[in-house]
Amino acid sequence: MPQMTDERVRAGLTREEDLSLLHEVSMKTAGVSHLEMCIQCGTCGGSCPAAQDMDHTPRMLFAMLRAGMREEVLRSNTPWICVSCYHCVVRCPQEVHIADVMYTLKGMAIKAKLYTDSTAPDFSQTFVDMVETYGRSFELGLASRHYLKHFPLRLPSMTPMGFGMVTKGRMPIKPKRIRHMKQLNNILNRAKQLELTS
Amino acid sequence: MNKYLFYPGCSMESSAKAYMQSMNAILEPLDLQMEEIEDWNCCGATEYLGINLIPAYSLIARNLALATKQMNGTRTVTAPCSACYLNLAKADYYMQERPSLGAKVNEALAAGGLQYTPGTLEIRHLIDILVYDIGLETIRSKVSRPLTGLRVAPYMGCMLPRPDYKHRWSDHEHPTELDDLLRALGVEVIDYPLTTNCCGGHMTQIGPETAFELIRRLVADADERGAHLMATVCPMCQMNLDAYQGEMNHYFGTDYHMPILFFTQLMGLAFGREPGDLGIGAELVSSRNALANIGVEVPVTQEPAAPRKKDEGLPMPRRWTKHEGKEAVK
Repeated sequence: MPQMTDERVRAGLTREEDLSLLHEVSMKTAGVSHLEMCIQCGTCGGSCPAAQDMDHTPRMLFAMLRAGMREEVLRSNTPWICVSCYHCVVRCPQEVHIADVMYTLKGMAIKAKLYTDSTAPDFSQTFVDMVETYGRSFELGLASRHYLKHFPLRLPSMTPMGFGMVTKGRMPIKPKRIRHMKQLNNILNRAKQLELTS
Repeated sequence: MNKYLFYPGCSMESSAKAYMQSMNAILEPLDLQMEEIEDWNCCGATEYLGINLIPAYSLIARNLALATKQMNGTRTVTAPCSACYLNLAKADYYMQERPSLGAKVNEALAAGGLQYTPGTLEIRHLIDILVYDIGLETIRSKVSRPLTGLRVAPYMGCMLPRPDYKHRWSDHEHPTELDDLLRALGVEVIDYPLTTNCCGGHMTQIGPETAFELIRRLVADADERGAHLMATVCPMCQMNLDAYQGEMNHYFGTDYHMPILFFTQLMGLAFGREPGDLGIGAELVSSRNALANIGVEVPVTQEPAAPRKKDEGLPMPRRWTKHEGKEAVK
């Protein structure tokens, strides 16, 4: 649990400055996030099936956003533990797009390179690399690259599973590439330029 | 003939081949036609959205744009995977809710000569089509082998009934669509309050301890309530509960053996098709004993690995053989 009496709070930063982080996250989130509407009721954390593994509950994280605690928020494992089950989203009385805010925070944390454990960001990046190479997901490539780097010790205990998946024809050895890969890459490259300028 | 556009998603060609096979087996009796979107790409699952916003939505929207080119008598896109369904529905919804996002996504699509106007398509999940378009009456009329006596836990998963942008489901937390459909097949549906709890999603890959606990809750509850097996509507749920059940057992020192089948496999059985035509046997936690309860015999599709003869030699993990070993002897 981090120190909630943040330096900046004591330093008496202006309210406007604090809110700029909240606003930034809200603007970067798809759809209308309603993040500013959070009333700190805690329904989100109480509904979360994975809250026990989070550094901060979503409610606490949103309070930290409002307090302008950028570094602490982007270091939190909370967005990475979020399983996108949307339980909090349908229960939130203020209709905050909580799961989408978590996606935004992941992207911001990757750009700020503030995470302490790179397992989750690397998995996302590996997945993205596969999609940008083949246009489809390639599970065998994804799993082997990911496990060799992050869970080498888990490999022996996973062997029966991997073996079963391959022999039952559920994990193709070769990736499948879409026909118009160039078109997809043109779209994604343009989208990345737009992302930088927005 | 009911025609729909079809977005299979990556899993249907790999880990969830059984879902594809069993879905194809029930299309004809139900007079359904699925036209695959040509050259579709991955929806990005839950990974792409966490890296970059506009590329993620452009990736999804390319599929929507391609689908509009095939709109010939239908504007409904069917996805059998809950994660694909949610991503497609989400892109369509947010491009409308946030016009600036829609404009940027269209600017990116233009680089590939494509365009998508949000709202053009209707995005629906396979079970939604079956329950609300085809109807339970029609489904019941096709049943030639009622699955009477089979106790099934109906597992809807999370991304299907939530967040439910277009209000398609009976409830966000306790929807009854899957229960009703299974009952129409003669199945004894058990009370399963965890029906929309999470299977762990991508946590099996990045935080296994978190995922194992979520898997344990679901499997343990189905087991305690006396289910013979669980029925799912999503490739990711099936993968997590089936393929990682062994590792979960190992982690907690438990010994659950809960087979996970796709609801379409049960439909196929009830329609009189044979297990081999429905991909039954591709699951890692065998459904053989569960289906023996209703007199369905599952053929051995794959020779199981030969049991280790002696206890000497390198200690190799043997978890799966605890249950499957007996079958291997037969």
